[in-house]
Amino acid sequence: MVTERRTLLADSSNQMRLLIIEDDRESADYLVKAFREVGHVAELASDGEEGLSLADGGDYDVLVIDRMLPKRDGLSVIGSLRDKGNRTPALILSALGQVDDRIKGLRAGGDDYLPKPYAFAELLARVEVLSRRHGGPAEDTVYRVGDLELDRLSHRVARGADELTLQPREFRLLEYLMKHAGQVVTRTMLLENVWDYHFDPQTNVIDVHISRLRSKIDKGFERPLLHTIRGAGYMIRDGVR
Amino acid sequence: MTAFGKLFRTTAFRLTLVYLLLFALFAASLLGYFAWNTRRLITDQITSTVGEEIGLLSDVFNRRGLRGLVFAIENRALRPGSNLYLVTTPAGLAVAGNVGSLQPGVITSTGWTETAYRRLDEQDKADHRALVRVTELSNGFRLLIGRDLEERRRIFGVVASAAQWSVLIVVILGLGGGIFVARRVLHRIDAMTGTTQRIMAGDLSGRLPVGRSGDELDRLAGNLNAMLERIEALMMGLKEVSDNIAHDLKTPLTRLRNRAEEALAKSSNESEYRAALERTIEESDGLIRTFNALLMIARAESGQARDNMVDFDAAEVAQGIHELYEPLAEDNGLMLNVQAEPAPLHGNRELISQALANLVENAIKYGQSKPVAQPLGADVPDVAVAANTATADKTILIEARRDGDRVILGVIDHGSGIPEADRKHAIERFVRLEASRTLPGSGLGLSLASAVATLHGGDLTLSDAQPGLRAILSIPARIGEGLAAPTPDVQQNGA
Repeated sequence: MVTERRTLLADSSNQMRLLIIEDDRESADYLVKAFREVGHVAELASDGEEGLSLADGGDYDVLVIDRMLPKRDGLSVIGSLRDKGNRTPALILSALGQVDDRIKGLRAGGDDYLPKPYAFAELLARVEVLSRRHGGPAEDTVYRVGDLELDRLSHRVARGADELTLQPREFRLLEYLMKHAGQVVTRTMLLENVWDYHFDPQTNVIDVHISRLRSKIDKGFERPLLHTIRGAGYMIRDGVR
Repeated sequence: MTAFGKLFRTTAFRLTLVYLLLFALFAASLLGYFAWNTRRLITDQITSTVGEEIGLLSDVFNRRGLRGLVFAIENRALRPGSNLYLVTTPAGLAVAGNVGSLQPGVITSTGWTETAYRRLDEQDKADHRALVRVTELSNGFRLLIGRDLEERRRIFGVVASAAQWSVLIVVILGLGGGIFVARRVLHRIDAMTGTTQRIMAGDLSGRLPVGRSGDELDRLAGNLNAMLERIEALMMGLKEVSDNIAHDLKTPLTRLRNRAEEALAKSSNESEYRAALERTIEESDGLIRTFNALLMIARAESGQARDNMVDFDAAEVAQGIHELYEPLAEDNGLMLNVQAEPAPLHGNRELISQALANLVENAIKYGQSKPVAQPLGADVPDVAVAANTATADKTILIEARRDGDRVILGVIDHGSGIPEADRKHAIERFVRLEASRTLPGSGLGLSLASAVATLHGGDLTLSDAQPGLRAILSIPARIGEGLAAPTPDVQQNGA
């Protein structure tokens, strides 16, 4: 895992300022350490009140908020922030991992929801995607990675001079990957954002879709663009940037 | 609380007391009215007889003088049960009559008086009471005529004692009835309380006694029993889950621990440590998946997922799942097909998608092991449903359709299937049939699908696809019961 994190660090060009609101000392310390290891700045609040005042005052890229907190629960922290007009992206961590809880969390103003226990790679990938969104990436009509080009309006995909024919779902998969080019995208994120399912398949169903996509966009080309990040997920990027 | 205190606190007893008070008051006032009227009637009667007699005797005096009057009075006074008579001189000396003594001053005041008196011929010393009228005759003599009030007193006494008795009887009967009713209610409530306390103490199999009368308490007990039934089922489910967790999660946990221990003891270089740690993470991911699936099942079974029910088309779910799994099936050398016609449904879309996904995953996992020309038993039904597809045993079909007011979501594979004897068993948690022990998976797929069906009031049935397995989720459509308006072309299920 350690090497994986270093890889991730190398790819995440900009450093993030994170606020972690978590009352369990051990997992909080683990998170702070892990985020710092990959080069981000992470601060810690150990209850809802403290978290709210820190989040309100500080300039953070992403908030990582535990659902159940002493003094003020996570959803209410987010609610208060949103009421004050603070739109800092918030990711909710919760031991309540069921679909309904997720919906409740998102309704309360959360931007993403990750059930415990989670893999750090998953959390990191999601936080980075949230942060990019916060930074206000241009909702370009054309995505480009290397010589791969995807036109979101005309649904045209081309690599170099070759026009590629993709199935609608393959198009959406590639679109999501390219929107987050240079960022790790996990299998669960793909299942949620491309297919809109929130369950955990017992099989490698996503890998199969990826390998099909890969055979279309990378096969026969010298430089692969779609990379598998071991222990985390996938990333599309131009290998020699 | 004392037994009486408990009795007193019952609603039945308190109501009885209120009614008792009301009835006693009613009886007392009725009898009081009766007594008062009787008394007045008797008094009226006395005054009229006495008045009449005074008129008569005054007449005698006027016609025959004092002698005639005395004679008439002596004559009348001798009759048994006679009135009281007295004639006195203007000075108050008795001339004739049957009165021995009077209260002083009675004879001097004319008009009606109630007085104590004694008869002339009486030996006893007791005074009687009488109502008397005194008139002055023309020569200054005074005439007193009266009537003993004993009769009035007796009648009044009878009425009064009747009143006493009736009030007493009302009180006794009312109190007795109240105690009887209250005790009866209390007895049954106590029985219920006892049972509920036993249940609260942990004996969930206890049930309240239900009588045969079908009264309100019986109905209450019946409903409470139904509730207990549900609670017990839920608790059993919970217990089963925890038992299963204990049993089936301990095995991988032990494996995990052993691996870590072994790595610690034997690994000598970084790559060995790394390999051990990676296996540990994989194993714990598997554990988390199993745990999530278990929680999901428990949640579906307890009915908690009833929020988030929406109207949606099962055909879209079938197509979505087909789209998701089609490449995986192909990679496994199988062909995944879909046959979906519009089938609107009210339910938890996420859960139903997952249930169908589980069935498809199952079919992909087990559907590929081609049966080794397994001859089917003699108990094959005549209707060879899948006869024409029997040869094409590499296909898996996802179907979605409407069947009356139910929605059918089915997955039909042509793999090795599940022997009939094992089918029911296969839905139970953690059951992985012997033939499939080597394949990965938590063994919870079918259980979850079944729990989801149950949550929606439907069921999961497994049958023979000849060869292969036909797994059917049959769910009542219940369209229009949710927030969304029912689509007009949908047949309403009025349930």
